[in-house]
Amino acid sequence: MIERALRGGSRYWTLVGALAVLAALGGFAYLHQLRVGLGVTGMSRDVTWGLYIAQFTFLVGVAASAVMVVLPYYLHGFKPFGRVAVLGECLAVGAVTMCLLFILADLGQPYRALNMILHPSPRSILFWDMIVLNGYLLINAVAARMGLRAEESGEPAPKWVHWLVLLSIPWAFSIHTVTAFIYQGLAARPFWLSAVMAPRFLASAFCSGPALLLLICLLVGRISRFRIADEAVDRLSIIITYALLANLFLLGMELFTALYGAIPEHTVHFRYLFLGLDGHHELVPFMWASVLLCVVAAVVLLRPAWRRDRRVLAWAAGMIFLGTWLEKGWAMVVAGFVPSPTGAITTYAPTGTELLIALGIYSAGALIVTMLYRAVLVTRGDLPAREIP
Amino acid sequence: MAIDRRSFLAAGGLAGLALAIRRAVAEGRLTAEPWAPPEGQALTGTRWGMAIDLEACAAHPGCTACIEACHRVHNVPRFDDPKREIKWTWKETFEHAFPAQENPWAGEERAELPVLVMCNHCENPPCTRVCPTRATWKREDGVVMMDWHRCIGCRYCVAACPYGSRSFNWVDPRPAIPEIDPSFPTRTKGVVEKCNLCEERLAEGKLPACVTACPYGALTFGDLGDPESRIRRLLAERPSLRRKSFLGTGPQVFYLV
Amino acid sequence: MYDAGKILAGLAIFVVLVATPFWWNAARGADTAPPRIEKPPAGTSCVLPPDQMRHEHMRLLIEWREEVVRQDLRTTRDAAGRPLRKSLSESCLACHGGREKSCDRCHDWLDVRVYCWDCHSDMGARRAAVAGGR
Repeated sequence: MIERALRGGSRYWTLVGALAVLAALGGFAYLHQLRVGLGVTGMSRDVTWGLYIAQFTFLVGVAASAVMVVLPYYLHGFKPFGRVAVLGECLAVGAVTMCLLFILADLGQPYRALNMILHPSPRSILFWDMIVLNGYLLINAVAARMGLRAEESGEPAPKWVHWLVLLSIPWAFSIHTVTAFIYQGLAARPFWLSAVMAPRFLASAFCSGPALLLLICLLVGRISRFRIADEAVDRLSIIITYALLANLFLLGMELFTALYGAIPEHTVHFRYLFLGLDGHHELVPFMWASVLLCVVAAVVLLRPAWRRDRRVLAWAAGMIFLGTWLEKGWAMVVAGFVPSPTGAITTYAPTGTELLIALGIYSAGALIVTMLYRAVLVTRGDLPAREIP
Repeated sequence: MAIDRRSFLAAGGLAGLALAIRRAVAEGRLTAEPWAPPEGQALTGTRWGMAIDLEACAAHPGCTACIEACHRVHNVPRFDDPKREIKWTWKETFEHAFPAQENPWAGEERAELPVLVMCNHCENPPCTRVCPTRATWKREDGVVMMDWHRCIGCRYCVAACPYGSRSFNWVDPRPAIPEIDPSFPTRTKGVVEKCNLCEERLAEGKLPACVTACPYGALTFGDLGDPESRIRRLLAERPSLRRKSFLGTGPQVFYLV
Repeated sequence: MYDAGKILAGLAIFVVLVATPFWWNAARGADTAPPRIEKPPAGTSCVLPPDQMRHEHMRLLIEWREEVVRQDLRTTRDAAGRPLRKSLSESCLACHGGREKSCDRCHDWLDVRVYCWDCHSDMGARRAAVAGGR
């Protein structure tokens, strides 16, 4: 079935080729990092996690969001999501793969990565994250393939596939909860030590992930005969709206607790994020842009007439994706390290090599998703004949 | 002689026996080998700890004897860029070492007082809890150890340490080591390191390098499990502080005031 | 069978590529005689019999490493029953006269790259240099 990804015209192969070239560029940049060490990045003694771990965190959310189409379809029998569910699962496969690549890119001694299995430590949240992420990758790959096969043959999928998909629902929640636990269990970092970390991760995941899926579906609709049903768009946009509101609400909870409670160790990080600290304002524009994008998108989406306008919806989805990325894929991780436990303010900015490696991993993920979607579209006969040699 | 997981675990299970052998070695019954250190016996304790006399240390703000001794015997590299810096022990200002103890009336001078800081070898270390490969763990005698062979460089322990005691090797440290002491390993790029309470010196019957290096006797090392030890008497006689003990980490480095 | 020709050609190319080290070394006439490891001048017996040592030294070193670092068990006995410190550089290399003679010669020949030396110093060579200078 996957071999159908190899059937495409020149446009398709140009895209695949371009993504492969970018991924290879990232690979070369990584070889440089492997030789010299993580010193080629902008990370430092005080800010020890940066772009890589932030992308990993953000992409776990994108991966988990597949559940927002799988759950209504399989659990509530919401039929319009039938054709979207497989696409959601394929997106999850690409996103989890990127997560694993970003973790690998962040290791100082990647050759020893298997020590996590050879000398497992169940007291470490990273141990559990390894299990849930790899499990989620496997579940979604199998579920997508079996779902597509069932679609093609017109016969229902075997019973165990149904159970597997049902398992994927709590599993999706678990990957993001466990990822939040990595942060929220650290007494050393008051900024992350918050019980709403996991709920907030889930809320931001369930608005940014479906927003991306929606944009991809609209894009795929432009280049193929695939059409996402109006009902599906409607439902998806409602899911995005509620998740976005929940995300903003939870951010408000964080702010209230920190600012009204006024424990200096907590407020100082929010001051750094929103106002700047001791003349350091690096994250201030990002944070305000993030809040502004999300608030404007929320206002737009709350009005049904605007929400149903696909152009407006597409813009709102883009704003949500960018807004949540700025916060979770960037500011959230860095702010936990500034100021340091001894009060030092160290600025962090990724280097060119670091950006190139990240770009390479994103390209590899896009390549996987592109090829999986190709296989799906060819299987469904959704592509015009001239596109399939 | 082959070691596999099972035999390694079995060895771990025989910790009691191991301890007995170690005791025997310590008592000199098994040690007749030429390399035996002049002091002869390994120092063994049930709960190692350190007491730092704040006043005695602060009276000599320019003194870095302990830091230099530590960094020399452990091949700690010297990077000028603070972002690449590796430190096992160093001086922080009082307000940064004890953020919860600030007092606006104590004056600028008190806030800027230099305080020697290092790994606290916590009773309940958060760093060992988060390590996904058990490359860092707490020994029975309280030393929080690092296994540089096993560390994968994920830096989760760095994020978990409330004292900033851990450093990461962003690049190969060797070119930045002023003079390599061949009797102690250097580290490689991509692993985390920190103060090891001179466990390699304890095994040879020597006190930690910082303690012996201090010309003013400001550092006292000893067994907290022994009520007769000097450190226990000091802690009973004088008031002391611990860094961020409210986090429940149980730091074993005490600051006598 | 579809595309039998293409598949067989692909397989052939794959086999040739995988065998690169063999034909490359054969083509450039590499020295295939195994290197000789001299017996340490001072030593009488190693920790294990030579043949066993040849095959299992890496396992022994890993075992020592785990015991010393993780269990604080620092001594063992050599084949003659004398106490010996479990240390690559202090025991092995000191007796064998440095890594060049005892490690590198074989590892280079086999193209095995070990990273012990990223961290550990060659005490053996140091001692030998000091002794030679005397």
